[in-house]
Amino acid sequence: MKKQTLAATKVSDFDRLNRDWYIDKTVQALVFIGGISAIIFIIGIFVFITKEGFGFLVGDFSFKEFFFSPNWRPTSENRATYGILALVAGTASVTGLAMLVAIPFSLGTAIFIAEFATGKTREFLKITVELLAAIPSVVWGFIGLAIMNPLIIDIFDVPVGLNVLNAGIILGLMAAPIMTSIAEDALKAVPDRYREAAEAMGATRWQVIYKVVLPAAKNGLLGAVLLGVGRGFGETMAVLMATGHAINIPTSVFDSVRALTATIAAELGETAVGSPHYQALFTIGNSLFIITFIINLIADLVVRGVRKG
Amino acid sequence: MKTMFEATPINHKNLGRQKLFRFLLGSMTALLIFPVILIMGTLIYKGAPVISFDFLFSNPTNGMTEGGIFPALLGTILLVLVALLASVPLGVAAAIYLSEYAPDNWFTRIINLAIINLAGVPSIVHALFGLGAFVIFFRFGTSILAASLTLAIMTLPVVIVATRESLQAVPMAFREACWNMGATRWQTIRRIVLPNAITGILTGVILEVSRTSGETAPIMFTGAVFFLPFLPQGVFDQTMALSLHLFVVSTQVPEMPEAVPYGVALVLIALVLMMNSLSIALRMYLRGKKKW
Amino acid sequence: MVSQENAGPDPQTNTPAKLHVDDLSIHYGSHAALEHVSLDIQENEIFGIIGPANAGKTSFLKAINRMDMFDPNMKTRGSIQLNGHNIRKVRNVYGLRSRIGVVFPLPVGLPLSVYDNVALAPRLRGLKDKAELNVIVERCLTRAALWDEVKDRLDSLGSLLSGGQQQRLTIARALSQEPELLMLDEFSIAVDPVTTMRIEDVLKELKSEMTIILVTNLVQQARRLADRTAFFLEGKCLDIGVTEDLFTGEVKDQRTRDYVEGRFG
Repeated sequence: MKKQTLAATKVSDFDRLNRDWYIDKTVQALVFIGGISAIIFIIGIFVFITKEGFGFLVGDFSFKEFFFSPNWRPTSENRATYGILALVAGTASVTGLAMLVAIPFSLGTAIFIAEFATGKTREFLKITVELLAAIPSVVWGFIGLAIMNPLIIDIFDVPVGLNVLNAGIILGLMAAPIMTSIAEDALKAVPDRYREAAEAMGATRWQVIYKVVLPAAKNGLLGAVLLGVGRGFGETMAVLMATGHAINIPTSVFDSVRALTATIAAELGETAVGSPHYQALFTIGNSLFIITFIINLIADLVVRGVRKG
Repeated sequence: MKTMFEATPINHKNLGRQKLFRFLLGSMTALLIFPVILIMGTLIYKGAPVISFDFLFSNPTNGMTEGGIFPALLGTILLVLVALLASVPLGVAAAIYLSEYAPDNWFTRIINLAIINLAGVPSIVHALFGLGAFVIFFRFGTSILAASLTLAIMTLPVVIVATRESLQAVPMAFREACWNMGATRWQTIRRIVLPNAITGILTGVILEVSRTSGETAPIMFTGAVFFLPFLPQGVFDQTMALSLHLFVVSTQVPEMPEAVPYGVALVLIALVLMMNSLSIALRMYLRGKKKW
Repeated sequence: MVSQENAGPDPQTNTPAKLHVDDLSIHYGSHAALEHVSLDIQENEIFGIIGPANAGKTSFLKAINRMDMFDPNMKTRGSIQLNGHNIRKVRNVYGLRSRIGVVFPLPVGLPLSVYDNVALAPRLRGLKDKAELNVIVERCLTRAALWDEVKDRLDSLGSLLSGGQQQRLTIARALSQEPELLMLDEFSIAVDPVTTMRIEDVLKELKSEMTIILVTNLVQQARRLADRTAFFLEGKCLDIGVTEDLFTGEVKDQRTRDYVEGRFG
């Protein structure tokens, strides 16, 4: 009999919702807020920059002028024009040159670190790359201004050293470390048994890399390149300081240009809140947001493809 | 049998190519790293002579061409601290949710995508958001609070990713053993998972400090100003900041002695790289210390 | 050897079953690990489950402890009642698990000190009193035949002990829950024979305090300890009865006899 009453008390006991159960549920709710915060912020960014630029979108905005006119004259007394074509050309030329520099160097470095370097060398290179990625963009801008500028003037005998070449190299050096570490991760994700199988068949190291590792890591490497493009595209301080900041559709690498991001950084402080100019700058920001969103989305899908495979 | 291992002509060719390939890749690595080392050398060479106790701890004078950088240094520290107060709790919570509670479904994938995008949004767009949301909508004005919150949102992914990685490094078997004893998820996190992930989380936080202290664009219109004759008294005041100060002294001030911007750049880069090295050192120490 | 007097409460009397399993099936995706198992386990008996690998023994224990929640692939059907309470319908699954101690073949020493490993369950219950914890830790470690080996280094990490020691630490941890149901899954796999015998003796003592399910692939261990035993094969419960009967040939299925006599498995 005694046993039965004991059992009976235990029955009611274990399913009671005790303090710990409630604490657990509370914590779950709290950390969920943290989890969805990223979504809230992304939506918030879009909402607020759209809201601030809304007056321009429904007012002075003309799709044709905005995207196809090279005339960015927001402060013109007679008739302000808001064409971002020249700014797009500035951003595109600098990012393009940067990728030309960064893609071969970062992929080469990633392959060297992942497939050839060993032990201490490897560790040293990895740490160096990581530290390079940490240098703030305003420092890179300063380097472009103070070191690259006179160098370019001397070497190429041109009047101005703040141009596509300068900003492209600076941006390339900035993007390369990040691309290197993502590309290296992608190479490391290729299982060793692939390499071993190929080596067992008598392939040399470079054959293994060329015929086995690179095809297998293809998507990850593409993801690295895309993220590098996104980074170069959205970079602000370095391009503001190293491009020369002249509205111009460049015809050579020695032309000064002006980037989309730099335009916002340089002009926003001088505009009145709510003015068409201010709203136009927010609309540029909105375009930047949408484009980087798409780039990141594609990069994510591409990299996810490699994980499934 | 012996002939099998002798180098055939084809193998010779391949080995030659391999050496060439290796040499090429090695040179590329060197070409990527050496210019940067050269640049760093120049920064140190030209900037070191200005660095002194006075430079670090006195106010700028004579249109910032003389004196020190103390208000900017202090401003950066304040901005970083307030940003950490906001982003670390939020980021750690997000990482705990993703690592310990989130089911593997489409909603979790959207959260992950949002985190990736948050990290990829251009810094100037974050600045626009900070201006529209914190300065104007929430009426914080251009202030340390508005600038720090902007920085916090921008660097949130750094904390989330680092924390999630260190949480997931704790083997699943420990969690299951703990759950099997009747521990709730939170009890398991608090007693087993977090204590073993805390150093990893710390590396992430230090990394965030490094990122935050170097950012310029997000604070330009939200709270940092070119020059301020007094130190900030609270989070609703504006402030100077090291990164913006470098921009100002190198582009905005005529008649600037050449060495001053080098000095500012050197201080900024030293701050950032010291934090990064600390984070790397902590990570390597962690790797050497096995707990299971 | 277990005498007949010690055999658990007679299923014929009205004592309600401690654990009542009705038509339990477990699937991992499309693979069936357990099919239509029904059985009763009585209060204060040692219930043995024998059978070769992949018989569904471990899945059976996992279902009782609601470990299907950790594995989105694992799907269970049927009903399991502990003290007449359907465990598939409990709201506080943590409360349920805290009443059930489990030991799985793969030992897990938590990355805490040996002391904290064993003190964890009492602390989860809210026990803070140092003296009381000391008593529990020593008693559980002694019962798990580990006390003598670790008493001088209670502050070393549980996750760095040897495999056999971690196995016994896991047992000590399960005991520290003071469970009403203790489930052991091949607990002696990493433990030497002498220590195994010591733990077996402890289990016989513990029977008066709790109900024990003993999953083992050592048929002689089941014979030494279990009051009643079930034979699982390929996800089905082929036989169930008083242990001695199984060993003396009173079986429903010929395969049970073949297994206990060592013809396969």
